[in-house]
Amino acid sequence: MSTITLDDPTVVEFDVRTDEMLVNMGPQHPSTHGVLRLLLRTDGEVVNEITAHIGYLHRCAEKIGENLAPYQYIPYTDRMDYLAGMNMNLGWALAVEKHCKMDIPERAQIIRFIIAEMGRLASHLVGMGAYGLDLGTFSPFLYAFREREKILDLFEEVCGARLTYSYITIGGATHDFPDGWVERCRDFLDYFEPKIEEYHTLLTRNAIFIKRTAKLGILPREMAIAYGCTGPVLRGSGVNHDLRRDEPYSMYDQFKFKVACPLDENGNHQWPEMPDEAVIGDCWARFYVRMLEVIESVKLVRQGLDRYPSSQGRHRSEAWKATMKLPRGETYLETECPRGQMGFMVIGKDDPIPLRVRARSSSFCNLSVGGELCRGCLVADVPAIIGSLDIVMGEIDR
Amino acid sequence: MIAQEIANVLDQQFAGKITAKNLEAMDPWIALDPAAFADVANFCRDDPRLSFDSLQCISGVDYLEPDPKKVKKAGFDPHLEVVYHLYSFKNKHKIVLKIILPRWKNDQPGEIPDVPSVAGIWPTADWHEREVFDLSGVNFAGHPSLIRILCPEDWVGHPLRKDYEFPEEYHGIRGK
Repeated sequence: MSTITLDDPTVVEFDVRTDEMLVNMGPQHPSTHGVLRLLLRTDGEVVNEITAHIGYLHRCAEKIGENLAPYQYIPYTDRMDYLAGMNMNLGWALAVEKHCKMDIPERAQIIRFIIAEMGRLASHLVGMGAYGLDLGTFSPFLYAFREREKILDLFEEVCGARLTYSYITIGGATHDFPDGWVERCRDFLDYFEPKIEEYHTLLTRNAIFIKRTAKLGILPREMAIAYGCTGPVLRGSGVNHDLRRDEPYSMYDQFKFKVACPLDENGNHQWPEMPDEAVIGDCWARFYVRMLEVIESVKLVRQGLDRYPSSQGRHRSEAWKATMKLPRGETYLETECPRGQMGFMVIGKDDPIPLRVRARSSSFCNLSVGGELCRGCLVADVPAIIGSLDIVMGEIDR
Repeated sequence: MIAQEIANVLDQQFAGKITAKNLEAMDPWIALDPAAFADVANFCRDDPRLSFDSLQCISGVDYLEPDPKKVKKAGFDPHLEVVYHLYSFKNKHKIVLKIILPRWKNDQPGEIPDVPSVAGIWPTADWHEREVFDLSGVNFAGHPSLIRILCPEDWVGHPLRKDYEFPEEYHGIRGK
């Protein structure tokens, strides 16, 4: 039970009816994915309202961006969504390159493409494992981390870091792949691909898992769009939208993949394997979108590795210089990160230091719909619903 | 629809309310009169030609060069902008709307300027407006509960203002 002071403007103490109780969940709760504080107004086991209090991990990322050249800002993007650092690097680099109208060599593009998809694999593995933890099953987490370790080993080979990579940078990537990396990456995919079926047995088709997630936290299509939800949360609600296909960047238009969504582009149902209990937009659907994206990412990485040896050019554009000036004007670019569309805005002032940096976080918008999803659910279902949004607090608080 | 057509539609409907525009920019933008903004936002969402059902981002931008030696080179007058990035899932097009404001209301430093809230039009604006209020110092009139979101509730000042001064001390924690 929390001590609520009257200074807290979200809580009007005299408004609390005697049969209602305020329960504080977090900020140090194991199932809140970091330092998220939820204030639940409960009536017995039923949650009438949740209020999210965020900002515990605020590190002034946007303010810091106003004092650094874009290439110096790369390590700060790593620390936003620290489970998908590579994808964050890519989003920032693409926004700056679009602003400076810089052309990127084919070799650099293909490196970025492979690395970004590997990053998505690593991120979705954590998302899957941690969601299992939220629901009280421990073993999928260990399997997921076993696989993720191998991806991190591959990342360590290319850039020396295992979590905050700063590998993809303005103009390309800091290094080319080391000798034999492509083969080792292929070996990993050969090892990993058959394992996906195990996760489906452990979670997706597990009767208890389905009971805990199906028909829970249903997010209707219109509400998902109105709240700015993106990524697997949006696609789980049946909106067939993926920036990799709809506004391709980094050569995504040259490779074949299927957008994971319960409805295809014409609105026809395309998941015959969906259990009878589940409906479009519930926690199970959001989880399953991530599982399908893992499979698509494996396919994409394979295509990228096939293309890599024949790619032309260097791993980093010759046009890039540390003293490069950012022209006046503003550019906003969104990329499809594992958790949704991460947008970066850069405003130049004819100087190497930008006037303003803005990071639009996907988890921020995805979490804002949590209040609507949790209305009327049971206390025990709150972690299941918030967990299905797959949020990372580093990205929300920036 | 391309930006030019979107601008034409808005021009027809809201003649005189468009204060500036740049359709050749990297992201074409249209600046609007703050007094008319709530109507424009409603129109943007509901008009079938536009149907901007999604608000991607709201950002507050402070145009100020604090270094007096660099003011001439900066090339802009001090002002504040609130930037709205809109996207339509139905029509697959996008536009940037801007509101250009004075840095302080009535030139009284400390009095933050007003903008009509669009939280009732796009619910995602609720948190975004709180963030812009918190960090950039813009008052969103009509917002259901405009409180700080990232900074602590008793924080003083708006950190993304260019003339923001870092506090010496916060609850016994040394700042500088």
